Amino acid sequence: MSAASLLAAAMLGGLAVYAVTGGADFGGGVWDLLARGPRAAEQRKLVERALAPVWEANHVWLIFVVVVLFSAFPPAFAALGIRFHAPLTAALVGIVLRGSAFVFRSYGGAPAWGRVFAVASAATPFFLGLVLAGVTLPSGDWLGWFPLAVGALAVALGAYLAAVYLTVETGDPVLRVDFRRRAIGSWIAVSALAALALVAAPDGFAGRLDPTVVALTLLLAIGALAALYRGRHRIARALAAGQVVAIVAGWGAIQYPLLIAPDLTIDGAAAPAATLRLLVPALAVGGALVLPSLYWLMRVFKSRPD
Amino acid sequence: MDAASGDVLFARGQMAYSLGFHMVFAAIGIAMPLLMVMAEWRWRRTGRAQYLELARRWSKGTAVFFAIGAVSGTVLSFELGLLFPGFMELAGPFIGMPFSLEGIAFFTEAIFLGLYLYGWDRLRPAVHMACGAVVALSGLLSAVFVTLVNAWMNAPRGFRLDGGRLVDIDPVAALGSPFAVHEIAHGLLAAYMATAMAVAAIHAWALLKVPGAALHRAALHLALALAIPCALAQPLVGHSAGQAVAEHQPLKLAAMEGLERTTAGAPAHLGPVSIPRGLSLMAYSDPDAVVRGLEEFPAADRPHPVVRVGFQVMVLLGTAAAGWAVLTLALWLRRWRRGLPEARSWLWLTVLLGPAGVIAMEAGWIVTEVGRQPWAVYGVLRTADAVTPVRQLWLPFSLFALIYVGLAAAATLVLVRQVRQTTGEAR
Repeated sequence: MSAASLLAAAMLGGLAVYAVTGGADFGGGVWDLLARGPRAAEQRKLVERALAPVWEANHVWLIFVVVVLFSAFPPAFAALGIRFHAPLTAALVGIVLRGSAFVFRSYGGAPAWGRVFAVASAATPFFLGLVLAGVTLPSGDWLGWFPLAVGALAVALGAYLAAVYLTVETGDPVLRVDFRRRAIGSWIAVSALAALALVAAPDGFAGRLDPTVVALTLLLAIGALAALYRGRHRIARALAAGQVVAIVAGWGAIQYPLLIAPDLTIDGAAAPAATLRLLVPALAVGGALVLPSLYWLMRVFKSRPD
Repeated sequence: MDAASGDVLFARGQMAYSLGFHMVFAAIGIAMPLLMVMAEWRWRRTGRAQYLELARRWSKGTAVFFAIGAVSGTVLSFELGLLFPGFMELAGPFIGMPFSLEGIAFFTEAIFLGLYLYGWDRLRPAVHMACGAVVALSGLLSAVFVTLVNAWMNAPRGFRLDGGRLVDIDPVAALGSPFAVHEIAHGLLAAYMATAMAVAAIHAWALLKVPGAALHRAALHLALALAIPCALAQPLVGHSAGQAVAEHQPLKLAAMEGLERTTAGAPAHLGPVSIPRGLSLMAYSDPDAVVRGLEEFPAADRPHPVVRVGFQVMVLLGTAAAGWAVLTLALWLRRWRRGLPEARSWLWLTVLLGPAGVIAMEAGWIVTEVGRQPWAVYGVLRTADAVTPVRQLWLPFSLFALIYVGLAAAATLVLVRQVRQTTGEAR
């Protein structure tokens, strides 16, 4: 495997981890926005406590992807900034408002910040989804039925993950039932939006899907639903995360060897060899430092319910 | 003004205020973890409850400022591509390495900050404090790496220019910019000094309201222990920075002093005071040295005159801070066994100088960065050639300006409320 392909694979891996961690954090905001009924306040509190210790570390995966992109593939980063200026700007607005509103709300700011946090959380993955759809289209269009469906799918995937995770993270059986129902509901939404995206996709897109990855995704999705139905929440958590990783991997398989359609390939956009040769060991050392720390963080805060 | 050059200004403006906003929060995110670990360490050593209380309160402040620093830093990393894709295409192979290292350090910082902030009841006390120390250390390291990027932009290394193209690219040599050492030292000291002086001011103000409060005396102690050495060292490091500017960016030096004509034995200015031969002496360690004036450089290459204003503000406030540090140290030594000076006049002075470090830091940034213009990469790539072909840049400019004004106001409100609570309780 060439250094450029290795770095592209690292980027895809980073994107997948961002989807299952950061994506779920955005999904937490969706459930804050949709909190209804007599337990709305408890639901919001649970979301807040689940996010607080980890959301900043989860957010760094996005920065990781961006830094590898502009270090290893500078022309692709430049093209991304030019072609997707508007949706990226919108996503950035969402990222800034989500993070700031979250800490303002937690540390004594006005209650309206809770609203800002919820709306910004729901909007950000939508705009990131527009960009992810746009880079696969030879036309580069980020407006149209296909990007819109992918944007909505990104929001739904985050909400789905968040609901599944929260069933494990609460010690309150009533809240657990609340989020199990939300998890099953969003599983249905994810499936519908994925089907819609396939229908809206340009001709030939479905043919580029890797059948193995598609089969794996379907198996994981069905397994997650069954586990939710039977109340095996920890198993559901693992399967749902696996389902999202499989979707990102499927996207990567469609994209290969392109970074940005129609013309920017992994090898074509790669930085000079001197840079790539340095980046690979730097990321390996970084991974050796960061990954065990990250595992410890998750173990401390996510291994047992509050 | 044609549409394109208007857009260059909007892009520059957006980048400038994004960085100006981010750096305040970033500086606090670097220095506050050190203060909070110092407080926790004092608590473990002395067992006095006020230190534990302090560590907890400071960590709350850190949480707010670190989060805003993190998201505004994300905006910056994207803005490089959204506003200056030409810069990223050229600079990516060089600055990718320090940015990647910064990313690793920042990742570590975010992970261990989560453990520190929410791990009070879940980790053993020694482990908890060690997590705080990792946060402080990785904050320092991310500042080191990100400043390397700016050093490269001001004095780029690691390539050969061949007909306008960069060849023989060497990313390791790019880390060895002659600006690296002094920019890192100057920037780090600025971050510690700005934060510690602001913290000292807040607790001095609380002591004016509630004289003798143990919590605030402890806080003032710790803040001074950080602020005083930094404020004393900063002018010396600044001096070496000035000498490097004189050697590598003589035009910036002329702009800093507003020196029109090439002069032997050039004077330096500090507010209304003129120091004969001061500039020659400081820049070249020789009172008779010739300093090149703006007249020697093409008008199109000269940076905006605001560079001179920034330099004056930075030097005046830096001098004031150093003077305050000497005074405080003298007062402290005189009444050694009785602890801190708590004369109301000294407390008022400390309150008054609270914002000085932050303002000096911003002013110094204006000197470095506006002084680098019209270049994005000094002598290699002009800012106007790096800007995006996307038009209507007034739109994102206005959008983020509004957001940042709102966030600055909200962060101030949250801070004021926290401080009010503190002084209210102690009464």
